[in-house]
Amino acid sequence: MPKDSGIGASSKRREDVRYLTGRGQYTDDINSHNQTYAYFVRSDVAHGKINSIDTSEAEGMPGVLAIFTGDDFTEVGGNPAGWLINNRDGTPMKEPKRPVLAHGKVRHVGDAYAAVIAETYEQAVDAAEVIDADIEELPAIIDMADALANSDNRVHDEIDDNLCFDWGWIEDNRETVDQAIKNAPHVTTLELINNRLVPNAMEARASIGDYDPGTGDYKLTTTSQNPHLTKLLIAVFVMGIPEHKLTVIAPDVGGGFGSKIYHYGEEALVLAAAKKLGRPVKWAATRSEAFVSDAHGRDHVTKIELATELDGTFIAIRTDTLANVGAYLSNFSTATPTFLHGTLMAGNYTVPNVYVNVKTVFTNTAPVDAYRGAGRPEASFSIERVVDKCARELGIDAVELRRKNFIQPDQFPYTTPVALVYDTGDYDATMDKLHEIADIAGFEARKAESSARGKRRGLGIAHYIEACGIAPSNLVGQLGSRVGLYDAATVRVSPTGTISVMVGAHSHGQGHETSFAQVVADMLGIPEENVDIVHGDTSKIPFGMGTYGSRSLAVCGSAVVKATDKVVAKAKKIAAHLLEAGEGDIEFSDGQFSVAGTDKSIAWGDVTLAAYIPHNYPLEEIEPGLEETAFYDPANFTYPSGAYCCEVEVDEDTGKVDVMSFAAADDFGNVINPMIVEGQVHGGVAQGIGQALLENCVYDSEGQLLSGSYMDYAMPRADDLPNYTVDHSCVTPCTHNPLGVKGCGEAGAIGSPPAVINAVVDALSDLGVTHIDMPASPARVWAAIQAAK
Amino acid sequence: MSSITMTVNGKTVSGEVEGRTLLSQFLRDDLKLTGTHIGCDTSQCGSCTVHVNGNAIKGCTMLAVEADGADVRTIEGMANDDGSLGIIQAAFQEHHGLQCGFCTPGMVMAAADLLEHNANPSEVEIRKHLSGNICRCTGYHNIIKSIQAAAAQLG
Repeated sequence: MPKDSGIGASSKRREDVRYLTGRGQYTDDINSHNQTYAYFVRSDVAHGKINSIDTSEAEGMPGVLAIFTGDDFTEVGGNPAGWLINNRDGTPMKEPKRPVLAHGKVRHVGDAYAAVIAETYEQAVDAAEVIDADIEELPAIIDMADALANSDNRVHDEIDDNLCFDWGWIEDNRETVDQAIKNAPHVTTLELINNRLVPNAMEARASIGDYDPGTGDYKLTTTSQNPHLTKLLIAVFVMGIPEHKLTVIAPDVGGGFGSKIYHYGEEALVLAAAKKLGRPVKWAATRSEAFVSDAHGRDHVTKIELATELDGTFIAIRTDTLANVGAYLSNFSTATPTFLHGTLMAGNYTVPNVYVNVKTVFTNTAPVDAYRGAGRPEASFSIERVVDKCARELGIDAVELRRKNFIQPDQFPYTTPVALVYDTGDYDATMDKLHEIADIAGFEARKAESSARGKRRGLGIAHYIEACGIAPSNLVGQLGSRVGLYDAATVRVSPTGTISVMVGAHSHGQGHETSFAQVVADMLGIPEENVDIVHGDTSKIPFGMGTYGSRSLAVCGSAVVKATDKVVAKAKKIAAHLLEAGEGDIEFSDGQFSVAGTDKSIAWGDVTLAAYIPHNYPLEEIEPGLEETAFYDPANFTYPSGAYCCEVEVDEDTGKVDVMSFAAADDFGNVINPMIVEGQVHGGVAQGIGQALLENCVYDSEGQLLSGSYMDYAMPRADDLPNYTVDHSCVTPCTHNPLGVKGCGEAGAIGSPPAVINAVVDALSDLGVTHIDMPASPARVWAAIQAAK
Repeated sequence: MSSITMTVNGKTVSGEVEGRTLLSQFLRDDLKLTGTHIGCDTSQCGSCTVHVNGNAIKGCTMLAVEADGADVRTIEGMANDDGSLGIIQAAFQEHHGLQCGFCTPGMVMAAADLLEHNANPSEVEIRKHLSGNICRCTGYHNIIKSIQAAAAQLG
């Protein structure tokens, strides 16, 4: 029987009411008295030396208030990389400075080198037109292999070449893995590209800077997934503002998918401009600006080898990857292709030898960073594609090959050769569930039916694992993280017993305002509507690390539970006093405190009232009031996993691929709100199908972005996608957080690309097609068919 | 600058606009009806979908001066008179047809347009009708369900 409230209920989302009535307050919806407008002047060449920037004519244009160039920010700091990665030889990576505005050189199309502030947006645009920038174009560095081969032409002149770092994981395993592969009876090799993507949250980035000369306080309203991290980066690393003089507010945010984790120079610029002018400064990106200036995702070129016994037993996996970091190091860009990728390279399997090599490369393209899944989709795609290819080579059913090598339930906790400790899972169970919900047994009949219509039908399976709920701070600190990755919550109980919960996580579509309230209401036995969730304003919320990496519920939700536990513990003391009983005899359930073995009880609201009107109160033992804060630092990552199945039809004449069905059987541990969880899977799968079939971010050899609008970049639309069959009834609860939850935000985007491509290859395998790179566009599929014929 | 007058959500409104001002800008910047969102600059995403004289249009494909004298409806005009959610809005909440909410006003306006012209659309018809509205969050599954549910209720 489904619950109608609390943990496990599909409570309707309270945030929907404002979104559905046009009352959402996204950054660009906010207007301030006396506000001004910023417009950024961006490079139209990929690589160039800035000889001079003449702003004199622009300064005299109507409405212009100020113009900034890189020269105005030489005295301030730069936007740092969040993780310092070491090379295989132990030396640190190269970390070139990322300035607020380009200085000396422009390094990618869209690199901002000036900003105009004017009374109106149109005046700022008009003035930008007459800025005379003498930028000497240099040869663009675009292809990663070329970039490494030619160190004479460098993205950053101050470092020796275009290599950021050469990382081995685990370097001590390298020789053993090489030997294992050399001696193996069978080795399957696959070279693949994990295509570059543009996150494309529907709300483009926007920021409003404000400064109060009377108090010296700065305020930044911005499209952020983690306002406290943005505040820390701006205050400490970039602008040198005392932290307590800067407030960062992320109001309603229209999607993020990773792209709004990071601090961007525009945020520092509007603050600096607001201080100079003493007026609010607003900037909202156009979509065209977003395409050239947001952090992109993926962009790996990988060779993977899977060594096996002839019976299919896995012996070793070895990968070589070139990962594009673009022109500058975005905040998570060095962690994404390393610790969020290489550590997952054992997949769900008992493979004793694994070695991962990643070389990250600077190019004259927009920065590349975490995008939904962040390193884990790249790992999952490599593994699940090579496993599928291996199955065909060995003549073993692809599902049976996976099952043969699955880590078994009795092997948990399981330490992989790439250093993760999976706490729990049951991969055969999710595979069984997938067979049921996808009706895999009925595939041959459906294939015959497609064939009768002249279409080739293919079925693809993938089984993913991810590590999320990032992360244990002491562990990531050892791995090079410059921040901790705990989260925090404050539970503030009012005299009448209603509750405000201030959380470090930020909701930008995930529904925290509803699901977090379900947790607290369930724990206290009070109605959900009596609990409000406050997020996004650093002046209100405790110092938490925000939302990304499917971490909000597993990490911040755990902090909410801890803080609520503290509230209950104190409330029991108050109740014991009021009931004249020993604290140890007080029981609390369904909003009622009672004395064990008696009929004496007192309601939640009476206890909370006593906390704030302490006329009859143990003041010598406890303080008045009822408000508790907890920080939670996880003991381990969480490990969601799942089995995905995609069926496609391929038109042999045109190469067009149609997704006929998609099924996902996930193990997310315990689930708070099934409706929201299913919605997260739908969205993730849609992005994964988009990556597999439609989306491709393409630069030409001169560094011009060819896919710079929705007319050139194929976003998945309603008529491109199927309905999804999703199931999360396989549950192995996380063993180390209080809710037993694992996280669900990225799973769909991680598990689906290999399922789709495995299906396309399956449809064409009898022609001899063994691989197609993403996106499997009609042109690519048609070419693969012709090549195979 | 041109003087324009139109009816927006049943009220007569006027303004002075430049020739280049888009209807979507006029609604947002002059009338402060910020429920109409701007998601792109190539008329591809549909976030700014509103109704003009009973038909859905992308507010960025029409100049404000072209809407002079028109009857315009935006997301702010979709709730019931008592402020409660209209049938389509309520169906989106009931079936989780939105996540971040940014494309949602455009989706609701597109859905209302569909159901006003086709009371009982098939799933294929709904998907085709929505192909000018991009959602990055939901994968469309629950948007389709929401519109089907609203259609059944409007019956």
